[in-house]
Amino acid sequence: MTYLKHIGKYFMMLAQVFKRPQKARVFKEALFKEFDELGLKSLGIVIFISFFIGGVIALQTALNIDSPFIPKNLIGFATKRSVILEFAPTFCSIILAGKVGSYITSSIGTMRVTEQIDALEVMGINSLNYLVLPKVLATIFFYPFLIVLAMFLGIFGGWVVGFTSTMFSEIDYMEGIQLDFNPFLVKYALIKTLVFAFFIATIPSYHGYYVKGGSLAVGKASTQAVVWTIILIVIANYLLTQMLLT
Amino acid sequence: MIIVNKLHKGFNDVQVLNGISTTFEPGKTSLIIGQSGSGKTVFLKSLIGLHTPESGTISFDGRINTKFTTDEKRQWRQEIGMVFQGSALFDSQTVEDNIMFPLKMFKKQSEEEMIERVNFVLERVNLENSNHKFPAELSGGMQKRVAIARAIVMNPKYLFCDEPNSGLDPNTAILIDNLIQEITDEYKITTVINTHDMNSVMEIGEKIVFLKDGKKAWEGSNKEIFKTDNEAVVKFVYSSELFKKVRLAYLNETK
Repeated sequence: MTYLKHIGKYFMMLAQVFKRPQKARVFKEALFKEFDELGLKSLGIVIFISFFIGGVIALQTALNIDSPFIPKNLIGFATKRSVILEFAPTFCSIILAGKVGSYITSSIGTMRVTEQIDALEVMGINSLNYLVLPKVLATIFFYPFLIVLAMFLGIFGGWVVGFTSTMFSEIDYMEGIQLDFNPFLVKYALIKTLVFAFFIATIPSYHGYYVKGGSLAVGKASTQAVVWTIILIVIANYLLTQMLLT
Repeated sequence: MIIVNKLHKGFNDVQVLNGISTTFEPGKTSLIIGQSGSGKTVFLKSLIGLHTPESGTISFDGRINTKFTTDEKRQWRQEIGMVFQGSALFDSQTVEDNIMFPLKMFKKQSEEEMIERVNFVLERVNLENSNHKFPAELSGGMQKRVAIARAIVMNPKYLFCDEPNSGLDPNTAILIDNLIQEITDEYKITTVINTHDMNSVMEIGEKIVFLKDGKKAWEGSNKEIFKTDNEAVVKFVYSSELFKKVRLAYLNETK
């Protein structure tokens, strides 16, 4: 029953979020601020993680190919597929759920416990629309770019491993990443990213907005928000894969 | 004028407000006092529309707030200024942006006009040259003054303050009280203050409403509170030796 109550409340929250902003100029300012906070400030961690993950995938694949009958270009092929299909969209979204999700919950939660949200409401402002809509739009518009960048950097990370080690040649790797390229897989990854970006913005906002208590409650809400966002990303990943690839 | 009629409000099984009726007049500073848990905050939050009453009405110059249409509610919201207990300033915005925020949202003014208005209200609360500071860089008293400036920037008809001088030293508390009273007189605002501070009661309580267990147990002015023999009020207001002496001195003086 509690879960149903939360689901209902979450959808009621969304109904308030997706209303027309009260003042376009204020909304634009908030949107650009969120592009910076949720998007640009996440660039570093995405670049760092995707580069090394790509490198590790290439390394692991190379280490596990013992048979001389398996062509070496499989390393590039496997790295490309793993990075595009899972590591860039899903793994990076899980990382972003931790980084951005906790930021969203704690910032909105702190506003709640310090009565800043009440102050907005008293002024006659739709606080959910003002606080959450810019976050949703910022993540939905920015994260696909972030994930495409993660794809490139992941594949590049694999190439660097080939370049710096003697385990496989760059030529084999390049051949592998060009082998059997299917553009739909990128589309699939971007569709997943949009869904994950929506979760990353709305679930932590829900936990922050409805927090009750003090700073301890905000801390607990942040943890819960990250856990629930990751759970939903994993479930959505499974369902979307079923729907789009099978 | 605000007229409250038989206001009831509860949460789950706990009834917090039990049929409160009272009036708050324009140009007067009205105080709500009472022990912790007496329902003061719920009462104030019901007045400003953050809680919806279960029954009873609150009328703002003849307009009942639970019967507002969306447009009427938006209009009414702009007539309200609120000073929260912890100031509730937006951490990520400067003093200027905090005060300018309601103007940006609701007024069609140029940037220059808005800054002019912000400077005017900042001057009014004696905080000139603080425009570009962030709330975290200000003392508690200064934050309260910024909160007052933000509350009056839209020229409200009604000003509500939730414990405006809690956590402040006595000097600053008196400054804040005087500032609120001056603003109330100057702009003929209907001001309602929720307080625990007995100094405020003595100094600016033109009308005092004493709540006990969610009911109005007494109401009167700061002069009448000295003379009252209402047991609950006497026990609450004159619990300290100092105020007992003040009361005695006042009664002897007026004999």
